Amino acid sequence: MADTKARVARPLSPHIQIYRFMLTYLMSGFHRVTGAALYFGMLLVVWWLVAAASGPNAYSRVQWFMDTAIGRLVLLGFTWGLIHHTLGGIRHLVWDTLHGFGPSEREWLARATLAGSISLTVVVWIVGYLVLGGAR
Amino acid sequence: MDTEHVSMKTPLGRVRGLGAARSGTQHFWQQRLTSVAGIPLTIGFIVIVIALLGRNHAAAVQILGSPLVAIVMLLFIITTVYHMCLGMQEIIVDYVHDDLVKFLALICNTCFGVVVALASIYAILKLSFGV
Repeated sequence: MADTKARVARPLSPHIQIYRFMLTYLMSGFHRVTGAALYFGMLLVVWWLVAAASGPNAYSRVQWFMDTAIGRLVLLGFTWGLIHHTLGGIRHLVWDTLHGFGPSEREWLARATLAGSISLTVVVWIVGYLVLGGAR
Repeated sequence: MDTEHVSMKTPLGRVRGLGAARSGTQHFWQQRLTSVAGIPLTIGFIVIVIALLGRNHAAAVQILGSPLVAIVMLLFIITTVYHMCLGMQEIIVDYVHDDLVKFLALICNTCFGVVVALASIYAILKLSFGV
C-alpha cells in the first residue's frame, strides 16, 4: 500500500557517524566482520584438508604458503578472528541469559572480549612456535 | 488508521501465525545451538592445528586420520559451516535489498556451505579410511 502512493519524505534516523564512539558498537561490528572473514577463511581449512588427502606434493604447497610472510599474516588474522568471534559469541550467550546489559557490565564485556582475544592469540602463537621448534 | 492493518486476530494469534517471515525462532535457536557446540570444538580445532605444525605429510595424515582427531574435525566442520551459513544469511538479508541479488546471494551462500562441508568431510574420511 505504502509503495503505491507518492513517496513521502519521511525523517531518516541518523547514521553511525553521528554517534559518539563506543567500544561496544565497535565490538558489535568486529563480531560481524570477523564472522564474515572466517566464512571465507574456511576456504583455507578446506585447502589444507583436501591437500592432506591429495598427497605430499599438495600438502607441501600449503606448508610453503603458510611459511611465507603473507601466509603467516593470514594465519595470524585467522587465529585472532576465530578467537575474537568465539569470545564475542560467549558475550552474546551471556546476554541471552538477560545478564550483562548494565552500562558498566557491557563496557567491561567489550573490553574483556578485545583484551581476551589479543592475549589468547599471543598465547596460541607462542605455543605454536614452541611446537614448531620441537617438531624440527 | 490504515484499514489494511486492521485484523480480527488477537496478538497471540498473530504470533502463532509466525508473521511475514513464515518462521519463528528456528534461525535464532540454531545459531545459538551451533555457537555453544562451537566453543569446545573450536578449542579442539586449534589444538589439532597446533599439533600438526611443522609436521610432514605422513605425520599429518596419521594424526588427521586417527579416530578421535577425525571425529572432532568432522564435528567442527559440520557445526562451523552450519553456523557460518546462518550468519551469512543474516548479513545478506540485512544489506542486500534488491530481490534478485538477494536470492542469488542466498543461493550462493547455501552452495558455498555445501561445497566447503562436503570437500572437508570427504578429505577427512579419505584420510581416516586410507583409500
